[in-house]
Amino acid sequence: MFRFLRRNAAGYVFLSPWLVGFVFLALGPILASLYMSFTRYDMVSPPVWDGLGNYQYMFEHDRRFWKALQVTFTFVAFSVPLRLAMALGVAMLLDKGLRTIGLYRAIFYLPSLLGASIAIALLWREMFGVDGVVNGALAMIGIEGRGWITDPDTSLYTIVILAMWQFGSPMLIFLAGLRGIPRDLYEAAEIDGTSKWRQFWRITLPMLAPVVFFNLVLQTIEAFKTFTSAFIISNGTGAPADSLLFYTVYLFNEAFKFFRMGYASALAWVLLIIIAVFTALAFATSKYWVHYENERD
Amino acid sequence: MSALTLRNVGKSYGALDIIKGLNLDIRDGEFLVLVGPSGCGKSTLLRMIAGLEEITDGTIAIDDRIVNDLPASKRNLSMVFQSYALYPHMSVRKNLAFGLQNLSMSKDEINRRVDEAARILQIEPLMDRKPRQLSGGQKQRVAIGRCIVREPGLFLFDEPLSNLDAELRVQMRVELAALYRRLKTTMIYVTHDQVEAMTLASRIVVLRAGKIEQVGTPEELYTRPANLFVAGFLGSPKINMLPAMVDGDATAPLAKMADFPAFTLPALSTAARDITICVRPEAIHLDGGEVQATGTIRLVEYLGAERLIHIDLPSGQTLLFHATGPDQHVVGDTLQVGFDLADMHFFDADGVRMEAAIAQAA
Repeated sequence: MFRFLRRNAAGYVFLSPWLVGFVFLALGPILASLYMSFTRYDMVSPPVWDGLGNYQYMFEHDRRFWKALQVTFTFVAFSVPLRLAMALGVAMLLDKGLRTIGLYRAIFYLPSLLGASIAIALLWREMFGVDGVVNGALAMIGIEGRGWITDPDTSLYTIVILAMWQFGSPMLIFLAGLRGIPRDLYEAAEIDGTSKWRQFWRITLPMLAPVVFFNLVLQTIEAFKTFTSAFIISNGTGAPADSLLFYTVYLFNEAFKFFRMGYASALAWVLLIIIAVFTALAFATSKYWVHYENERD
Repeated sequence: MSALTLRNVGKSYGALDIIKGLNLDIRDGEFLVLVGPSGCGKSTLLRMIAGLEEITDGTIAIDDRIVNDLPASKRNLSMVFQSYALYPHMSVRKNLAFGLQNLSMSKDEINRRVDEAARILQIEPLMDRKPRQLSGGQKQRVAIGRCIVREPGLFLFDEPLSNLDAELRVQMRVELAALYRRLKTTMIYVTHDQVEAMTLASRIVVLRAGKIEQVGTPEELYTRPANLFVAGFLGSPKINMLPAMVDGDATAPLAKMADFPAFTLPALSTAARDITICVRPEAIHLDGGEVQATGTIRLVEYLGAERLIHIDLPSGQTLLFHATGPDQHVVGDTLQVGFDLADMHFFDADGVRMEAAIAQAA
C-alpha cells in the first residue's frame, strides 16, 4: 500500500486540487442531499428522519410534482430535437468551406453564451409580451398577436424557441464531426449519382451518429436541468397556470422559498434518476444506430 | 468501353497553374497510366476527367462528347480512390449495391451484378462484413467491386495500391492486370510508382509540373526516353547520367567525358556543345565495353539474385552498376567498367533526346 502510494505520489499531488474540490464541493453535498431526502428539514431546526415519506408524498399526493414533470418532459421532447436539428443545419451550412468561417462560428455561438443569462431571459419576456416585437412584426403582416408568455397554451413554446436559439455548443461539435467525414465518401457517392438528399441520409447522418449520440445525451441532460429562462420568464412562480413550472423551478421553490429542503433533496434525486434512466436508454439503443468506425467486433 | 480526348486542358487555382495546355488521346480499351512525381498534377487530371474538379481551360471529351459541364455521375465512369472510400457503416454487399440503387434498376439485377462482381473478385465470403473487418487487400477488392458493378465505360484509379504493404501491392498488381485482361475496359491509373506504371500500362504518360513529358508504351519510354527527366524517372536503379562535351569536326565528332577516354561519335555533325550521356546500370559491363573507366567500389547493395554496386570514378562522379554474375565485389576494390555506344542515350543541353546522334552512333 505504502509502496503503491510512494510510486504514485506525484500523480496524486497533481490530482489533489480536483480531488479536494470533488470531495468537499461535490461528493459531500451529494451524500448530504441523499440523507436529507429521507428527512424533514426546514434549514432552521435539525433534520428529522422521515424514511420514504418525501418520496411517498411526491408520487402519491403532490400534483405539482406531476405537473412539473409534464412541463419538463414536454420541453425536453420539443427543445432537444429542435436544437439538434438547428445545430446540424447551421453546422452543415458552415461546413461549406467559407473563408470567414471563424467569424460565423463565433456569431452563431454567441447565443449559447448569452442564452442562459438573466438578461436574455428578460429580453425574451419583453419580445414575446403583448406589446413585444414579435406581436409588432405579426401586426405588420396583419396577424393579431397574443400574450405569448401569459397564455398557458403558448408560454412553454416561447422557451422552446429560446432553447432552440442556443444551438452553438452542439453546432460546434457537429461541425467538428462533419469535418471528420472523409470527402472522398461524398465524391464516390457523387460519381455513383447519389442525390444530396440521399447523401445526407445514407452518408452524413450515419457517419455523424456518434456525434449525434453525444449531443443527444448532453442536450437531453441540459434540457432536464433548464432553470434560468423558465425562472425569469415566469417570475419564479411557474406561472401562468403552472405552464412554466419546470422541474428545477419547482425544486428551487421548495428548497429556497418554502424551505422544505428535505423534500427538495428528494426531488433532486428523482431528477437524477430520471436523467440516468434516459441516458441509460440512449446508451442501450445506441448499438442499433450508432456506428463507430474504429470499434472491434 | 470509352475513348477520351483531352484538348488544351488546363487547371489553375488562382495564379497557380496545376495543369497546362495538356493534349492527350486515350484509346478505347487501353490501360493508360499517369505517372510522375508528387505534385505533378496527375491526381488533379484524373479528378478533372472524373468530373470532381472543374476544368479551367480546354475540353475533355468522352467518346467524342465534350463532358466539361457534365456531372460526374453522367460520364459513365467509376473511380477507385486511394483511401478506398468505402462506406464504413455499410456491409460489403451494401457498399457494392449502393451506387446501383441510384439507378432505376430492379433488385434482381442489382443482386446479379453484386454477386457477379463478388465472384470475379473472390470476396463472396466477405459480403456481410463491415469495411473495418477487412484487410487492406480485401478493402481494395471491394472498392474495385463497387466500380465493376456499374459496368462503366471507363475505370479511374487514383493511386489504389499506395496504402498496401509491399507484398500485397505486388499481389494486387497482378490481380489488376488480370482484371483488365478480363474486362477489356478503358482504364486510367494514377501512380507515382514506376514499377506499377511499367507492369500495368498499355501506355504511360509521364507528367511533370502539369505538362506531359512523354507518352508511349513502357518499352518505348524505357528504351527511348524523350528527355533527361523521363530517363531519370523511369528505371530502377536509376540511369547513370554523365556530362560530356562534343568536339571535333563534323564527320567525326569526339565525345569527351571525365574519367573516360575520348571516343568518336560517328557522323555526328554538330559543333562542340555540352551534352549528357546516359547509360542504364544493367548496360554497364565489367572489364569490357567500347568505352571504359576505372573506379573504386564505394557501396555494394546486396539484393539476392543481383547486386547494385556504386563505383566512385576518379573525378568524383558515381557510376551505378547492376551486377548479376557470380563475382563477389567488396567495398574498396578497384573495377574496370565500360559500356557500348549502342547502349548510350544522348541528351542536349536542354535535356532533349538527340535522336540523330544515337542513330548514327549505333
